[in-house]
Amino acid sequence: MADSTLPIGSAIDLTPPGEVHGTWLDQVQSWVVTVDHKKIGLMYIAYALVFLLVGGFEAMLLRIQLAVPHNNFLSPEVFNRIFTMHGTTMVFLMGMPLIIGFANYLVPLMIGARDMAFPRMNAFSFWMTALGGLMLYYSFIGGVGLQGAGSAPDVTWWAYAPLTERAFSRGHSTDYWALSLIVSGFGTIGAAVNIIATTVCMRCKGMTMFRMPLLPWLYLVVSGMILVTISPLTAAQIMLTIDRYLGGHFFDSQAGGAPVVWSHFFWIFGHPEVYVLVLPAFAIANEIIPVFSRKAIFGYPAMVAASAGIGLISLSVWAHHMFTVGMTSAQNAFFVLSTGLVGVPTGIKIFNWIATMWGGKIRFATPMLFCTAFVAQFLFAGLTGIMLSTAPWNWQLHNSYFVIAHFHYVLVGAIVFCFFGGFYYWFPKMTGKMLNERLGKWHFWLFLIGFHVCFDLMHIPGLLGMPRSIYTYEPGRGWDGWNMIVSIGGLIQAVATLIFVYNMVYSYFKGPDAGPDPWDAWTLEWATTSPPPEYNFASAPVVDSRRPLWDLKHPEDPDSRYE
Amino acid sequence: MSTSTIPLAHGHEDWVLPYHGTVAMLALIVAEIAIFGIFVVAYIYYIGKSLTGPYPRQVLELPIFNTVCLLSSSFTIWIAERALKRGARGAFSLWWALTVALGAIFLVGTGLEWKKLIYHDGLTISTNLFGTTFYSLVGLHASHVIVGLTMLSIVLIFSLTGKLKSEHSRQLEVLSLYWHFVDGVWVVVFTVVYIIGR
Repeated sequence: MADSTLPIGSAIDLTPPGEVHGTWLDQVQSWVVTVDHKKIGLMYIAYALVFLLVGGFEAMLLRIQLAVPHNNFLSPEVFNRIFTMHGTTMVFLMGMPLIIGFANYLVPLMIGARDMAFPRMNAFSFWMTALGGLMLYYSFIGGVGLQGAGSAPDVTWWAYAPLTERAFSRGHSTDYWALSLIVSGFGTIGAAVNIIATTVCMRCKGMTMFRMPLLPWLYLVVSGMILVTISPLTAAQIMLTIDRYLGGHFFDSQAGGAPVVWSHFFWIFGHPEVYVLVLPAFAIANEIIPVFSRKAIFGYPAMVAASAGIGLISLSVWAHHMFTVGMTSAQNAFFVLSTGLVGVPTGIKIFNWIATMWGGKIRFATPMLFCTAFVAQFLFAGLTGIMLSTAPWNWQLHNSYFVIAHFHYVLVGAIVFCFFGGFYYWFPKMTGKMLNERLGKWHFWLFLIGFHVCFDLMHIPGLLGMPRSIYTYEPGRGWDGWNMIVSIGGLIQAVATLIFVYNMVYSYFKGPDAGPDPWDAWTLEWATTSPPPEYNFASAPVVDSRRPLWDLKHPEDPDSRYE
Repeated sequence: MSTSTIPLAHGHEDWVLPYHGTVAMLALIVAEIAIFGIFVVAYIYYIGKSLTGPYPRQVLELPIFNTVCLLSSSFTIWIAERALKRGARGAFSLWWALTVALGAIFLVGTGLEWKKLIYHDGLTISTNLFGTTFYSLVGLHASHVIVGLTMLSIVLIFSLTGKLKSEHSRQLEVLSLYWHFVDGVWVVVFTVVYIIGR
């Protein structure tokens, strides 16, 4: 019995890491030319963090402008550019690189592989994504193209036609928007292909599909979704580019083109995209909650099935973004019901997380704090989602701040919270240093308070009729005080995020050494040094169960007996 | 119970997972189907919605010969693969070259069709909705044929210079998977553009 688990023990390479040689230029070069999945993953994550700060800064500008009525802090034109850039940045330059960065770093380690299936394509994908972000932000200085036309894109992140047509969006800013999303989209599709090939073909000996940890499983689902959601976006952007550069008429209402076609194509991408972003957050919760509850995950097969179910159902819900466009009652009914149906697998997940915690010996370290908050907040976000997916309710509140509050509740309350938890959990693995717990607690509580002050209360001006995408409003509509409080909540979140950034820098230099397995965890990434050597495992691991390190630590009672 | 784990340790000798090239190509094909799907939906949605002529019925002719060439190239590439597996390298080169030739004929045919449409019928991508959707969809497919032909030609060069061995047949299977996909998409494009849309 011990024989079968021994190879994991010998997977730890005890040779001390060699001294780092070379000048700083050699260091830079080693990052630029690298094909190592861990370095590429870290570059994705660093890239995402930079854009988290940029996008967050833009959000602060928007909130300052909206804090009081009749404000002149930003002009209407600049406001349009900033909220377009905020949305585009947070979804494509922060969210997508962040999820792919974590996948790059963790998936090969968790399945006991030495790298992704296609290391060079991996590097290519990253640099395409990086180029996309660069192009989008270059528009600030290079996007004018025409005297008097705006520099950055100002067409909103969903970019409804025909506003994006050449007649209405002069200059090059919209072109930069479309091209940067095409380019980074290619990078994303490449990464998804790579993750699928890695999880299917690179698992270590003994790791059958149903012994794979849930994080790689969920990333497999997410990658499958990326293939069928980012591709329609790429196709639609190609059409838009054809319209703008070659004089095509796809979305040109004056030549018979239908703007509603863009709406459909965009939301065929746009809604599954939310699940592409949130499933990795679930994946992180699936790893953190069991470890900090000291119990195996409750209902592993149900979790896998629910993830696949979310992936499938989410492909048929897109038009709940379009109830006010005017559809037939049959279409309305279909999209109301299909959207409600997504609640079933997500509900299963929430019950499973609670059941995992139930009766466990919970350690409220910072990763667990973030994940606990996530479970509750994701439930609230789902409930307002069910409200909004009910067509009559939606007719009342579409394009109001209620919608903004709802989707930020998902994007921040679920995704950002889980990824913050993920940072506290895996930072020791990535750098070899523990993040400071005291600063972590400050980060968590401030961010939690800021989040609820900001986004709980943002529902109210929405219910009172405040529309989205307005640069200012008149006093006396009942929105004034609420907006001020919401802006203050935003500011508190910004402060908390800066504490987090400070914590990372401080702990990287001053933090205590982590050792290979600081959390007493069970998956394979903890079976190697922190940070892992380039080849990950000195000898290829062999596993007998879903928790190989549990088996190793408890040879008298291994999981393989019960699975 | 405790003995149940021991056979596992010995059971790993036959631990074989799918070839990552094939899996990745299948994944890429799924993504491609999604891209083509959007263009096909746009094409179908805009059938008959052009405000001005020329209309499909006036200018489009059925590219039967082209279609036969492209579809039969799926057959020749399959024979070529089988030849390589047998180790018959001469036969492989012959059938592979035939595949390249059939693909090239298809491309030339498309070029001639476009030339007629542009110079004779005055239909460009900006003329009307039909032009926009037609050139986009057929052009998207043609660009995939170009990519495929480029890769097929590189293999042909390797084969003629004697660098290709039968152990490469796994990689070639991945490439031929792509080529079959390009051919399969043409069936959809042909049906939508030349049969339903005309």
